[in-house]
Amino acid sequence: MTASGVFYVVIYFLVLLALTKPLGLYMANVFEGRRTFLTPVLRPLERLTYRACGVREDVEQRWTQYAASLIAFSLVGFLFVYAMQRLEGFLPLNPMGFGTAHAPANQTAMTPDLAFNTAVSFVTNTNWQAYGGETTLSYWVQMTALTVQNFVSAAAGIAVAIALVRGFARKQMRSIGNFWVDLTRGTLYVLLPLSFLLALFLCARGVPQTLAAYVKARTLEGRVQTIAVGPVASQEAPKLLGTNGGGFFNQNSAHPYENPTPLTNFVEILAILAIPAGLTYTFGKMVGDTRQGWTLFAAMSVLFFVGVFICTHAEQAGNPNLARLGVETRATAGQPGGNMEGKELRFGIPGSALFTVATTDASCGAVNSMLDSYTPLGGLIPMFNLQTDEVIFGGVGSGLYGILLYAILGVFIAGLMVGRTPEYLGKKIEQKEVKMAMIAVISTAFAILVFAAVTLDARFAAHGYWNPPGPAVANVQNGGPHGFSEVLYAFSSASENNGSAFAGLNANTPWYNLTLGLAMLLGRFLFMIPVLAIAGSLAAKKKIPETSGTLPTHGALFAGLLVGVVLVVGALTFFPALSLGPIVEYLLMLKGKLYSSLILTAWS
Amino acid sequence: MTTPVAAPPDDLTALIPRKTLRARPLFDRELTQRALKQSFVKLNPATLINNPVMFVVEVGAALITVYLARDAVRGAPGVGFEFQIALWLWFTVLFANFAEAMAEARGKAQADTLRKTKTDTLAKRVAADGTMERVPASQLRAGDVVLAEAGDTIPGDGEVMEGIATVDESVITGESAPVIRESGGDRSAVTGGTKVLSDAIKIRITSNPGETFLDRMIALVEGAERQKTPNEIALNILIAGMTLIFLLAVVTLQPFAVFAVHAAGTGAVPSVAVLAALLVCLIPTTIGGLLSAIGIAGMDRVMQHNVLAMSGKAVEASGDINTLLLDKTGTITLGDRQAVEFIPVEGVDPRELADAAQLASLADETPEGRSIVVLAKEKFQLRGREVSELEANFIPFSAYTRMSGVDLHERRLRKGATDAILKFVKEQGGSIPASLEEISERIARSGGTPLAVADGSRALGIIHLKDIVKGGMKERLAQLRAMGIRSVMITGDNPLTAAAIAQEAGVDDFLAQATPKDKLEYIRREQAEGRLVAMTGDGTNDAPALAQADVGVAMNTGTMAAKEAGNMVDLDSNPTKLIEVVAIGKQLLITRGALTTFSIMNDVSKYFAIIPAMFAATYPELSALNIMRLHSPQSAVLAAVIFNALIIIALVPLALRGVKYKPQSAAGMLRRNLWIYGLGGLIAPFPCIWMIDRILGLLHLA
Repeated sequence: MTASGVFYVVIYFLVLLALTKPLGLYMANVFEGRRTFLTPVLRPLERLTYRACGVREDVEQRWTQYAASLIAFSLVGFLFVYAMQRLEGFLPLNPMGFGTAHAPANQTAMTPDLAFNTAVSFVTNTNWQAYGGETTLSYWVQMTALTVQNFVSAAAGIAVAIALVRGFARKQMRSIGNFWVDLTRGTLYVLLPLSFLLALFLCARGVPQTLAAYVKARTLEGRVQTIAVGPVASQEAPKLLGTNGGGFFNQNSAHPYENPTPLTNFVEILAILAIPAGLTYTFGKMVGDTRQGWTLFAAMSVLFFVGVFICTHAEQAGNPNLARLGVETRATAGQPGGNMEGKELRFGIPGSALFTVATTDASCGAVNSMLDSYTPLGGLIPMFNLQTDEVIFGGVGSGLYGILLYAILGVFIAGLMVGRTPEYLGKKIEQKEVKMAMIAVISTAFAILVFAAVTLDARFAAHGYWNPPGPAVANVQNGGPHGFSEVLYAFSSASENNGSAFAGLNANTPWYNLTLGLAMLLGRFLFMIPVLAIAGSLAAKKKIPETSGTLPTHGALFAGLLVGVVLVVGALTFFPALSLGPIVEYLLMLKGKLYSSLILTAWS
Repeated sequence: MTTPVAAPPDDLTALIPRKTLRARPLFDRELTQRALKQSFVKLNPATLINNPVMFVVEVGAALITVYLARDAVRGAPGVGFEFQIALWLWFTVLFANFAEAMAEARGKAQADTLRKTKTDTLAKRVAADGTMERVPASQLRAGDVVLAEAGDTIPGDGEVMEGIATVDESVITGESAPVIRESGGDRSAVTGGTKVLSDAIKIRITSNPGETFLDRMIALVEGAERQKTPNEIALNILIAGMTLIFLLAVVTLQPFAVFAVHAAGTGAVPSVAVLAALLVCLIPTTIGGLLSAIGIAGMDRVMQHNVLAMSGKAVEASGDINTLLLDKTGTITLGDRQAVEFIPVEGVDPRELADAAQLASLADETPEGRSIVVLAKEKFQLRGREVSELEANFIPFSAYTRMSGVDLHERRLRKGATDAILKFVKEQGGSIPASLEEISERIARSGGTPLAVADGSRALGIIHLKDIVKGGMKERLAQLRAMGIRSVMITGDNPLTAAAIAQEAGVDDFLAQATPKDKLEYIRREQAEGRLVAMTGDGTNDAPALAQADVGVAMNTGTMAAKEAGNMVDLDSNPTKLIEVVAIGKQLLITRGALTTFSIMNDVSKYFAIIPAMFAATYPELSALNIMRLHSPQSAVLAAVIFNALIIIALVPLALRGVKYKPQSAAGMLRRNLWIYGLGGLIAPFPCIWMIDRILGLLHLA
């Protein structure tokens, strides 16, 4: 790893650290209904929303009602996004005529399975994209369907996290807040202002924001090149701040119109983790002990640094086989060295690796480099980040409730070792909490492993309905462990609602659209509903006063324990699978054995 | 100032008699044989399904056995390996069964002993008209009245209505010294199966056949009514969930392997035996196999302290106690007050005061009275004179006069409560020295009891009686505090006295002039703030508080109402034991946590053994993960499986005895246990598996 690479990560972390407290404090104020500096401007809008929707903001909900509201809201969002995509040809703001007779020749057809997959993807905050934005969707769909979900699916995640925090903070109460109020506040007070600022900044650095048609440019060769533009900045900002990750363009943040400069790159990475980091402080503030929040922050930071340094180091070290051939792979004054394949020159290795780690630490899934081209260990890190349920700062809201589930499991096992039935923040961790936490952990493991296994084992008729283009097995474009990684990564990304792609996989087939869509639904709702059940159960409990006999859940010991639980649970579940993917690929690479070509065509 | 009592032992555990009746060596021969037999009985899948982890192992073992039979018939290669895997998987289940059976055997053996004493006796039932008939004890119903005379076995549980008798309760308590049972008060309960040694009592039977204390006790020690405790259920959910996760990981590994074999173009998909072996190694068999043994052994440990826990839940709850209500008398202080000083008023020689006090106390057989005689002897070499030599007329204590003493010729020596003596002196025409009340007040403030002494019309001074805090109690309470447990002293004393003793003993709080209602309210208040409360009690008026407390230990000498209200009965009636019970509860929980952590951390090493072995042919490069350098793929898998089975047996003593428990803060305890069971669990299997691999190599087994 180069000195500038280390410097880049450290500077990034310090800025993130500086943002955590002010942002966290602000969010605590917002969700506890206190006055903030934006109240004069936004409060009328908030009230108007409640009046228009018939929400009574003073009425609180039990966890079941909260969960029902969440599901109902997501279902309506799904139906809306699905309908908008299927009907895009009849809707306005469609200068390129997608879905109509005069669409560009390279248009991706909006099939029912693709529309299903995309609708699920955006409603679940996954933003897996089996389509290319600039060749598939009209501005209307991008704005009213996708960008709206970029805000509200993120706000729903924050709402669930806040509900869980209330569960810890409250004593003997039946209610955990009002979903509609939390959703509205998260959108209005948190995501909207931050997105507004970020979008303005991106516009200033050259990101387009227009409703005009794509630009036709004449190249030096005299050919006509179509340059896709659109309302990019307004979708880009919530894409990152809401850890959505669904890019306006197919190339996502590698595209110069989404992420034009090293500075925008730095700000974009910051935007991914800012709210999740801030929420740790919000948590501490709301439970009345900010040390608790900082402990989570510390545990996350340790995992963050481990991931960033391994990934950057692996990428900077590059492929030893190239070095063996006499190619210079070290960083020199004139070139970055390492593995630059699939990376943008303007970001370099540190700017790409940090983006990749941050986007998978969170459930973001935006990418600025091609993961399929990473070295085996460089690719192992993002995959492992997904499989440990994205709790390193994590997605907005989902990171916090994810790490709290790990904390509950950690407290349950280790807490026994202090000779008391386990308690966390004064709440006894009993059957219901353990059961729900296990359901959440099992559901994502199930979705990843079972769907990947079925996909790898299913033998479709070549060019049949389920797998129209390409090879019959799993549709991967690489052989050996790398092909395996591509499939495992896809289902990890979908199940964990990340949305980034390892790529190297043609995922726009009815089979993948269906299974990945189901994986996203399982990973989202079979995680969130148990979390809400825990919130309800905790809120109803007494709060046991802390004594010297209580397991301290702040400080280095507990942070270390939490890191251990995340690593051990993740490693034990996925070690066999990973050993057949990136781990063996790495060992093979050291022996000079590489897999690049497609060798599976014969198998049908 | 010398204290006229023998120094109490430093370690309070020494105060608790361990009953030889119940203590048996951990691996008693008879128990071991019984447990070995049970290990096979417990293979029945219908019962094993209650333990999901072991059920999965059994299914795995059965599956491989079927494959083994098929392969043996076909004469397929690798049958020897398959046979060994099957064998060790069966052993895994048997070892877990053995652990549970071993824990149960101890209780069953005790139940048998108790059952032997439960012979059907003939009861002397007294009818309403006073006539007596002999009926079998098993026909007695609640409400019947029976007579029990010297030599009779008391036919059922009941309350003494009339009379007083000495009773041998060794059947229940293991204590051979007889106890007194009398009508009225807190000593009125008798237990069926105990024996009247002298006198006769009339008893009203309070329980129906099959519901007697002895029946319940047999059921409890036998574990017949054993239900899983809340924490045990939660832990079971956790390990069942982990089993499911590993099931997913292993089942999906098969298609992954198919893909890998095809992609690599070489090697073979792992056999069912290897996959099942991997699964069994990964699922938390250690804790799954030992979990119920830990719980049963915890209850057994409580029983070895001669405390009968009505449920495992109560033992578990005792580990969670935040507040301990301790009765002052007999728990914090020695039962009786002792004279520690003679303080004369001005103009009186201390020797004269001591002499008068000793004379006034010669006939006083109370411990206080005796301590006065002893103190006078020690301080002024005043010999206790023979009572008969003096032509003395002793005046016993009466509640009316609140003083006692002696009339010796013309001298009228009295000792008693200060105001009573003042009244006496005034009646005798004497005057009151100014300092008398002052001294008296000073002693009261310091927590002592002032006892004034008068010689006719002269008030001589004050004897300072003091509650003596039991030796080691202060340290013990400090340990409790370090563990986060607040101790609260309950006393009938006035607040002033209570405060002084509370400070001397180092309790965190006290409840002075406590009525049963105050106790109940205190417990409710603590519980409302989320704390768990433990207390001991014996009287009927303690019953509501005992029932309200999270852990209520009733004294066996107490009333039936108290015994029914509490969730534990201390057969020795030693209130200090509550502290031990708390420690046992904590130890139980720590043992569970420690073995769960150990079990999970073990998995890491097994991956390093099995994964490279599984794919040795497909991806030989994975042998880089074979950091133990196990000599062959088959031996690697076998070594892991054997380790996995043997570790269960190796940890049985730990599960039955409980992990070492030293009172300290939660943070310290967590750090210590994480090092031992977390890091230990991570590292320990590596050398063990390596060693087993070598042995297998030497024996040419793999």
